[in-house]
Parts: sequence; C-alpha cells; structure tokens
Amino acid sequence: MNLHFRPILTALRRHKSGTLLIALQIALTLAIVCNALFIIHARLANLSKASGVDESSVFVIANQWAADWSTPQVDAQVQADLLALRRLPAVRDATPATGYPLKGGGWDNFVTLTPEQTQPTTDAAVYTGDANFLDTLGLKLVAGRNFRPDEVMVMGTQQATFSPTAIVSKALADKLFPAGDALGKSFYAMSPMPSTIVGIVDPLHRQGVDQYSNAHAGQALIWPIRSDDSRGLYYIVRAKPGQLAAAMREAPKALLAQSRLRIIDPKDGIQDYATIRHKVYDSDRGMAILMGIICVVLLAITAAGIVGLTSFWVGQRRRQIGVRRALGARQRDILAYFLTENFLISAAGVALGVVLAFAFNLWTVTRFALDRMSLGYVGVGVIVLLLLGQGAVLAPALRASRVSPVEATRSV
Amino acid sequence: MLAYYFQLGLRSLRRNPALTALMVMAIGFGVAASMITYSVFRAVSGNPIPDKSAQLFIPQVDAWGPQQNIDGEPVEALGYIDAMALMRAHEAKRQTLLYQVQMSVMPGDDRDLPLNAIGYAVGSDFFAMFEVSFRYGGGWSEQDDDARAADVVISAELNQKVFAGANSVGRTINLGGRDYRVVGVTNHWNPRPRFYDLFSTHGFADESDIYIPFTRALDLQMRPSGRNSCRGSLSFTTWQEYLQSNCVWITPWVELDTPAEVASYRSFLTHYAAGQQRAGRYAWAPNVRLRDVAQWLDYRHVVPPETRISLAVALGFFLICLVNTIGLLLAKFMRRAGEIGVRRALGATRLEIYAQYLTEAGTVGLAGGVLGLLLTALGVAGVGVLFPPQIAQLAQLDVSLVGLTLLAAIVATVLAAFYPAWRAAHVQPAWQLKSS
Repeated sequence: MNLHFRPILTALRRHKSGTLLIALQIALTLAIVCNALFIIHARLANLSKASGVDESSVFVIANQWAADWSTPQVDAQVQADLLALRRLPAVRDATPATGYPLKGGGWDNFVTLTPEQTQPTTDAAVYTGDANFLDTLGLKLVAGRNFRPDEVMVMGTQQATFSPTAIVSKALADKLFPAGDALGKSFYAMSPMPSTIVGIVDPLHRQGVDQYSNAHAGQALIWPIRSDDSRGLYYIVRAKPGQLAAAMREAPKALLAQSRLRIIDPKDGIQDYATIRHKVYDSDRGMAILMGIICVVLLAITAAGIVGLTSFWVGQRRRQIGVRRALGARQRDILAYFLTENFLISAAGVALGVVLAFAFNLWTVTRFALDRMSLGYVGVGVIVLLLLGQGAVLAPALRASRVSPVEATRSV
Repeated sequence: MLAYYFQLGLRSLRRNPALTALMVMAIGFGVAASMITYSVFRAVSGNPIPDKSAQLFIPQVDAWGPQQNIDGEPVEALGYIDAMALMRAHEAKRQTLLYQVQMSVMPGDDRDLPLNAIGYAVGSDFFAMFEVSFRYGGGWSEQDDDARAADVVISAELNQKVFAGANSVGRTINLGGRDYRVVGVTNHWNPRPRFYDLFSTHGFADESDIYIPFTRALDLQMRPSGRNSCRGSLSFTTWQEYLQSNCVWITPWVELDTPAEVASYRSFLTHYAAGQQRAGRYAWAPNVRLRDVAQWLDYRHVVPPETRISLAVALGFFLICLVNTIGLLLAKFMRRAGEIGVRRALGATRLEIYAQYLTEAGTVGLAGGVLGLLLTALGVAGVGVLFPPQIAQLAQLDVSLVGLTLLAAIVATVLAAFYPAWRAAHVQPAWQLKSS
C-alpha cells in the first residue's frame, strides 16, 4: 500500500475547522480518559487490599454502656460478656477491642525507637484485645508467639495504658527494623515505657483508609489490653465456618441476657465484614464507578462524532472519489486514504492530549496531593484512542471505497 | 418568524435522525454528568450560616510547638488549660467551648432499652451564636452555666422518641442515670457542613440528639466521645492528669462583630500565647490563628477531593460533548450550503440565516436539556452509589437545578452553534448557485 501524506494534508487544509474539532475532541478525550483510568485503578487497588481478617466469618458489635460503672464493674461485665459469647454454639471465638481493621479512622500512635526522640519514626494503628484477638480475627502469626492470658492488662476510662509486650504487623516490623530482626526488639508508642515485640502478624490492615493511613499502609500494633472504658467497647466475634448469620442472631441476645444496661444500635450496632468493607470504601467505589461511566460514554460520543464528521466528508467528496476511482484508484486506495487521514488527525489530537493529560494530573497532584500518573496510563490511552479513531472511521471509509467511478460524471 | 424557524429546525432535525440523536445524546449526557456532580458539590460547599459566617471566629493557639505541630500550623483544637483561659478572659461579646459527648437515655415509660444520644457539651452562648432553631423553649442562661445546671436541649427526633413529640420543656429526662431538665427542643437544626465541629467530624454527620452545659460535663468528668489528639509520651491515669496533659479535644468559638474587635481579639491571643511562653509553659514564640467560618471550612478541606475531581472531570466531559456538537452542527449546516445560497440569493440577510440556524441549534439544546434532566433525575436518585450516604443525601433535584440544567444545555448548545452558524451565514450565494 502506497501512502501519500501530501494530498491528504492538502485536502485537510480545506477542512481546517472540521479537522481541528476532531483533533481537539480526541485531545480532550485522551486527557480525561487517562486520568479517569488512573483514578479508577488507584481506587480499585484500595478496594482489594487485604485486611488480614477472616472476613467471611467475623462480625463486630459496637457495645455502649448505659450505666455509670467503675472500671472494676465494667471489667467484670466485659469478662462475663466474653464468656457468654464464646459459649454460643455458632461462635468460634470473641475478643474485646477498641477498634478493628477497616473501621474508617480510629486510634493511632506515633512510634519512636528511643524515648527521647521528638520526630517519630513512623505511625502505627493501635489495636487492643485479649489473648483471643489473633484467633478471633483470624490473623496469621508469621513469627514469635501469641499473647498469654496473664499478659492482658486492664484499661480504664481515658487512661493512657501501655503494655510491655506487643504484637506488630510485618509492615511495622520492617519499617522499624529493616534488617528483619524485629522479634524481641522494643519500641515506644507515645509511652514512657518500651513495648517488646513478641509476635509478628501479616497482613493486618489499619483502621483507617484515608490518605494518611495509606501513607503508613499496614503499619499496626496490638497491645494485650482489655478496654474497660465506661463509655463502651467493641466485641469482635468470629463465627464457626458457615454459621455467621446464626452467630449474628445469637450474640446480641446473649449480651442482653447478661445485662440490659447497654446500647447496641439497632441500625448499625452489629456489622459483618462485608458491610464494614462496603461502607469504608464508599467513596473509592463511587469514584471508580463514576469515572468508569464517564470513560465509556466519552469514548462512545467521541467515536460517534468521528463517524458523523467523516460521513459528512465522504458525502461531500463523492465526486472527487469518483474521479479518483475513474483515474484508476482501487477501492483499497480510497479506504487507505480515509484511514490515513483519520490517523493523521488522531495523531495530532493525541499529541495535544498527552500534554493536557499531564496538565490535569499535575492539577490533581498539587491541589489534592494525589499521586503522579505513570506513563503507562497515557500509553494505554493513546493506543485506545488511535484504535477508536480507526474503528470509527472504518464504516464511512468503506462506504467511500464503494463509490462508483460513474459518480465522477454526475454533477452532485 | 422564530416559530417558522423552529419548524424548519424540527424538519431539518428529522431529516438526519441519527445525527440529531447523536447531538441530543451528547448534550444530554454532558449536561447530566455536570449537573449530578454539581448538585453534590453545591451541597457540600454551601455556606452553613450565611448571615453570620464573617462574625464567627475560631481561635487557635499552638500548644505543641514547632517540633510536634503539623507544618507549623497550630493544632485545630485546644486542650483544657488554654480553652479555660480563653473563656475566663472573656474578650469576645459571645463565646463558647464545645466538645462531643455521648450519653445514654435511660429506659422509662414504655421503653425497656436505653437509647444512644450523641451531642455536645456547650456554653450558653452556643445557641445564639449559631442561630439554633427551636421548636419549644430555648437555650439555658449564663447563670445556669455558672451553676453547672442539669439542663439539656434535645433534638426533635429524641423528643419524639421520649416524649412522643409533646412540648417537653420543664420535663425530666434521665441521661446516664442522672436527671436533666429539658429547657429546649431544637427544630431539625443540623447545619451542613457542621462548621462548628470539624475536629470530631468531617462536616457531615447526623443531627445531634443533645446539648448539655459544658461546665456540667466537666463536673461529671465526661470524656470526649469524639476525637482526641495528643503528642509526646502519655502517662495520665486520672481525669485531672488528663486535663493537664497536652491532649487537645475542645473547640472554641468567639463572635466578633467589627474589624476592630477582630484585630483586638487577635492581639489578645498573641498576648496570651506570649504570656504562656514567659510563664515557661510553651518554649516557642506565639503562633496563633483566628479564622472565620469560610476560612475555617477552607482550611479544613471540608469539600472532599472526590467531589471537586468529579466536578472537574464532568465539566471536561461536557466540554468534549460541546466540541463534538460543534463538529456535527458544522457538518449539518454546511451540507445545506446550496439551500443557504438560494435563500441568500432570494434576499435573506445574514442575520436571518443566523437566526434560523441558531434556532435550530437551540432546539437541539432544548431536546438535549430534557434528556439531560431525565438523566440528572436518575443520577441524583442513584447518587448514593457514587458518594458516601452522608453526602449523597444532600444532593437534591430542586427547581433551581432543573432550571440550571435546561439553561446550561440550551446556552451551551447555542454558543457551540455560533461558529457553524457564522460559517453558514458567510456562504457565498453566487458560488453555491453556480456549482449546482
């Protein structure tokens, strides 16, 4: 196939505005589609992060006390509650807690390696629980040991309580001790006394999913502490396999049988992990869907626009096409002409679009501290748009190639 | 004449149904995407207290110092010591402290289970400062503040649950085992964004159930149920130790009417911080802020980045749809160059050509607007899929949004049609007549 750019460019010069409009549309589409793809990918990556929790059988009860109890009174009630929960036939295990992975914000502490250090080494999400915490969440212990029941401390209302032992996530262990020898070492988490790492779990998601949490992804510590805050606590419960629904029905009844001086919100007091995950990623999922819809509709409209304008050009040039055919041009020469023409316009549009795409990305980076877009997205966008242009122009170009040489003799 | 052009336009649009459908759909989708995201943006970026936003200020004092604060900015709330000092100085006409509290409404009458009640511990000025609307009664007095009175203002919703919606002013409600006297019932008061508490909330939360005197909450040693932020090594175990710690959890507000009052309050804050430095409490130079409501909303990034990015992308989408429409209108108009030539030769002025083709474009815009309106209604109803519920429920299709949708569609299309119409109006009649 012999491509002649010169006659195509000359012809395009006679259709400046149409050419410009298609190129502009392709440029803007590329800019939006690249960024949308980038946002979708980033959001979907958030959505699929592992929590470390056995999500299919774990649920969380938000238990608020409706009594003005002292710490020992609360402690007695919490212990009785846990016993009752663990005795339920559908329940495998239960733990007291002050938060849970994917809660959407919660307790986190700065972590330092020495008590004098003013600039923190990093930040860790703080979980508390008793010796059953690991088993209840289904966390995988990759080094060291679990807490012993005698290590579990009691934390009263608004008391700064710290434990001399801690289990940390692998992400936190690696951050604090990059040499991989974290086990047995200690750290300070805003505490006057050090905590020694007795175990390492992997993975363990933080409570939050916001930008700050993502910057410290997976960095979390667990202290063996039973929260006896007079305001309330969370009970994390793990059902036996396949008995989640039954356990979620039985648990609140068992708790109310222990004491009625508590509030478990009928609306969202008990949530399984499917619900927790769904809620915490609301805005991520929404953005991905919105960007997805916009991408699809945008590509469709751009394609349709190219079809429309090219059809118009083909209609306008029927006579010229007829002349070319009469002078010996084959059908595929005509086809190649329109495909090449579209390729030239698309290439110009794409070139401008790459600049616009990075400009838009730069705006989101400076304004919202989003990440920089990698070249891959622009590459994909460029290929998609070039293919889209060729695909869109195919139908009108085929119609053009079927114009009979007789047309040359007709006057319009 | 316009009616005639309108008919001509309709006829022309019927001639190429595919092309027309394409233009209408492009406009419809473009305007709908913009309007759906705009409805959300409008909801979250509104001024929650328009007539007083320039008189309400939040004072900040750097309690953590350059080593531990974030980017040199004082932390967004106060600890107990600074908060009480600002109140005692009473340098503003009205002032209040507030923090979030959670209480239990104890069982009574026919309720056998306690209810959860989330709200705020506030000063008596709170209600006048923030224009709280009341269904019954009102706030409490300054004397009640001083007396640490067991007064409570409850929401209409809680009033419905506990008192079946009756006027409960003067009646007793048991909160956490203690009796409180109801002094007022609010009337669905929930300004959004919740500018007065951007420390514990992100600005969008369900209506508060209760408001109790700040002084009483302190007396009862009520822990903040909202956010609490500390620095350094923590070792408090008692309430008194907690109060003396560097933890921040209290939001202060002051009402200042004139620029002079604002200036004088600002210098008071600086003096206060300097005094603390001299006393050895702070080892750094005064670092204070005094922001009004608008500045505070902006500083705290109340409009979620998702909302802004969505709006920007949607507007870009609309722009592309318009570029698309320009191209298609150009094709459509220029195909009728011969027809235009005849009309011009028969004496039609350029203005008349403009009128005819812009009317035709306006018709496309109207059709696109109607489609856009349907899609917007659909989108606003389903916006819960795209945005978190607290924000999604704020997006509404009201009269102004309907008007804006139609107007945006028509104006945008007519603007887009200017260039094609200009080309149509400049068709050379002689040239067209000759070639056909």
